[in-house]
Amino acid sequence: MSGSRMSPWDAIIIGAGPAGLAAATLLAERQARVLLVDEQPAPGGQIYRRIEHVASRRPDLLTVLGADYAHGADLAKRFRASGADYLPESTVWQVTPEREVWLSRAGRSARHEAQTIVIATGAMERPVPVPGWTLPGVMTAGAVQILLKSAALKADEPLVLAGSGPLLYLLAEQCLAAGARLAAVLDTTTAENEGAALVHLPAAVLKGGLAYLRKGLKLRAAIRKSGVPWFRHVTKLRIEGTDAVAGVTFESRGRTERLDARLVALHEGVIPAQQMTRSIGLAHEWDAVSHCFRPTVDAWGNSSVDGILVAGDGAGIGGARAAEHAGRLAAAEMLRRLGRIDGAARDRLAQADRRALAAHLAIRPFLDRLYAPRAEILEPADAVTICRCEEITAGAVRAVVAQGCLGPNQAKSFLRCGMGPCQGRLCGPTVTSVIAGALGQSDEEVGYYRIRPPLKPITLGELANMDAAE
Amino acid sequence: MSTTADVLVVGGGIQGCSSALQIARRGLKVALVEKNTAGRHASGVNAGGVRRLLRAAPEIPLSIASMRLWHEIEALVGDDCGFKVSGQIAVAEDEEGLKALEARAAEVQALGFTHEELVGRNELFEILPALSRHCVGGLVARDDGFASPYHTTMAFRRAAIAAGVDLREECRATGFARKGGVWRVETSQGPIEASTLVNCGGAWGGAVAAALGEPVPLEPIAPMMMVTSRMPEFVTPVVIGLQRKLSFKQMPNGTVLIGGGHRGVPDTARELSSVDFQKLVVSARTVADLFPIMRDAQIVRAWSGIESRMPDDLPVIGPSSTEEGAYHAFGFSAHGFQLGPIIGAIMADLVTTGRSALPIEPFRLTRF
Repeated sequence: MSGSRMSPWDAIIIGAGPAGLAAATLLAERQARVLLVDEQPAPGGQIYRRIEHVASRRPDLLTVLGADYAHGADLAKRFRASGADYLPESTVWQVTPEREVWLSRAGRSARHEAQTIVIATGAMERPVPVPGWTLPGVMTAGAVQILLKSAALKADEPLVLAGSGPLLYLLAEQCLAAGARLAAVLDTTTAENEGAALVHLPAAVLKGGLAYLRKGLKLRAAIRKSGVPWFRHVTKLRIEGTDAVAGVTFESRGRTERLDARLVALHEGVIPAQQMTRSIGLAHEWDAVSHCFRPTVDAWGNSSVDGILVAGDGAGIGGARAAEHAGRLAAAEMLRRLGRIDGAARDRLAQADRRALAAHLAIRPFLDRLYAPRAEILEPADAVTICRCEEITAGAVRAVVAQGCLGPNQAKSFLRCGMGPCQGRLCGPTVTSVIAGALGQSDEEVGYYRIRPPLKPITLGELANMDAAE
Repeated sequence: MSTTADVLVVGGGIQGCSSALQIARRGLKVALVEKNTAGRHASGVNAGGVRRLLRAAPEIPLSIASMRLWHEIEALVGDDCGFKVSGQIAVAEDEEGLKALEARAAEVQALGFTHEELVGRNELFEILPALSRHCVGGLVARDDGFASPYHTTMAFRRAAIAAGVDLREECRATGFARKGGVWRVETSQGPIEASTLVNCGGAWGGAVAAALGEPVPLEPIAPMMMVTSRMPEFVTPVVIGLQRKLSFKQMPNGTVLIGGGHRGVPDTARELSSVDFQKLVVSARTVADLFPIMRDAQIVRAWSGIESRMPDDLPVIGPSSTEEGAYHAFGFSAHGFQLGPIIGAIMADLVTTGRSALPIEPFRLTRF
């Protein structure tokens, strides 16, 4: 497929999670020429990963993963029927403000152009740089979920889950349902957050967040009922081991604890994946409660660059259902931009999604406050590695700040911090916070890495083989 | 309240920091203003080539003098700047290219210089075992090398501060006026008064010249670079293209840096530039043709930095043609990094004595 030789696509959607699927579906149903590109082999994104396979072949797993996961099957089915063009297993490695999308598929790179682009690349897990987090045997909660969804989680190795946030409880419950051996849950949510979040509770209940609260309570009840040790208000988490994980130590309610462990999953919530939106130069704003940057968008997902929209968790964390509605709102706006409908028709088309989105977001102020990250992981101790690619510690970053390093981009030049194959994806948020702490400035003032293409490494041979005359 | 200094340097790239350092070491009170942060543009993001090879004839004496300083860079700025003597080599891919190299070698010898040396096929492949076998010869400068551009600029910056320079970043010069033999420069941090002005403004140096009433045909450019993931050690010298645009080197950590003149799009107003991957495809093809081992290398990052270019690809170095007590060093046309150390010495000579022992006449601003 060579989009560049044809007239540009009406729309290119990047990411086949709930926002991308919903946007592509609505656009295609309205006869727009739409291309959905995604890294995975099948629709679903992270949240509905392998949903088609699980729904049709593994009813047992569907039960384990729950009704919220099963919801994705309808979304995927409607997308398949919509007539949207679809390029799975495609890695987008550059997007330009001129709305070019460069991607790599099966070892070949191609360039596509579009009149409008929706970036629906979702969230990433917040990095959790605690001592020992780089040891083999430490995983992210997301990685454990991938193992669950591909039915590849080994049940014999006891797993310690440590962290904070809704996904942690969901994962614990899913592990229990799947028969995995959960050794302990170490909950790092602070007592202070629990208190502060309460003021947001009434509004959450009144405006449509009740279902989320019920689900949260149900998950917690399931963990409690299972008898798995559940440590609350955990601080000073440290993973021990020399070549691999041997155990964890931590404090919980004033007592120092130690557990043997071989497998530890860390999770401290999710933040918008900003690599792509940064690389295009979209304006970003700082979310002080959730402690993360997010691209600045209007109520339709329009970014600061004309014709480029951001939908779903990539524009601010709202969860899968909110993302789906945001995807359709973006699609409605794109239909207007493409001249298919006028503003009034767009507003009518979007009415139900607008209402539903508000209901799904009602819980967010409560959740955001409850699970606001603690300083310990934002500004780790000097000895903790923060850039895994180049093995740079927090202390090394603080040392160059003392030498006159003024921000994340200078830190790259001083230390190669953020210059490895992950392009700073993993260390970026921590580097910003560490420098902010060392300079006594806010994260917003310190800013973030300039992100350089390619967003994912490609081989020189693949680039050389592209048709330069395209 | 205004600040006073003997000399005000505008621009915190390697030329500005080097000039400020050398002038301060002559005992003068120096202020330096940089609108962004030191090394933000060309000085921080270039290929880091420390090259005399294939310099335009008027630049050769300056380049040779600068190379002497490079070989003692630690004594100069208290930092090794990542400088490595690796040699630099230009490669001919066919007979036509070889003829051009031979003519070049003869020309340089006729000028009385000995740093460029012709090598045939056998020696070429001894120097570059991974080079594609279609290549036929090369021109080598054995004592050339490369350095880490940002580290180098920061080392000059640190040395300048240590020498007493009042170095101000995030400080933009907005107006230039000279009254009663004193410059009064308005900046975003208040006015600065100085008897002498030194313009090292890089791509913004043309605007300073224009403010002094002597506009120049300066073109902002954005040379592009790529860097790959670590490769096994396979190439020692810096390789530069002769018939095709290329600058190619393997860094001590194994990563490979690819540059050579393909350009992205500069935006001087926003101080940003963007890469043009259509042209990087050409760059990648050149590398793949010359070093087949590179086909499997992962490109980790591509970037561009804002530079300036003059119509004849030579910098502007020397006194202002319109104003007393003003000197220029800008427009280095994508090959100023190696000249950084000597430019500081030249500017210090100009500021303190009004003249330079090196032949800078070819770089006068009035040549346009």
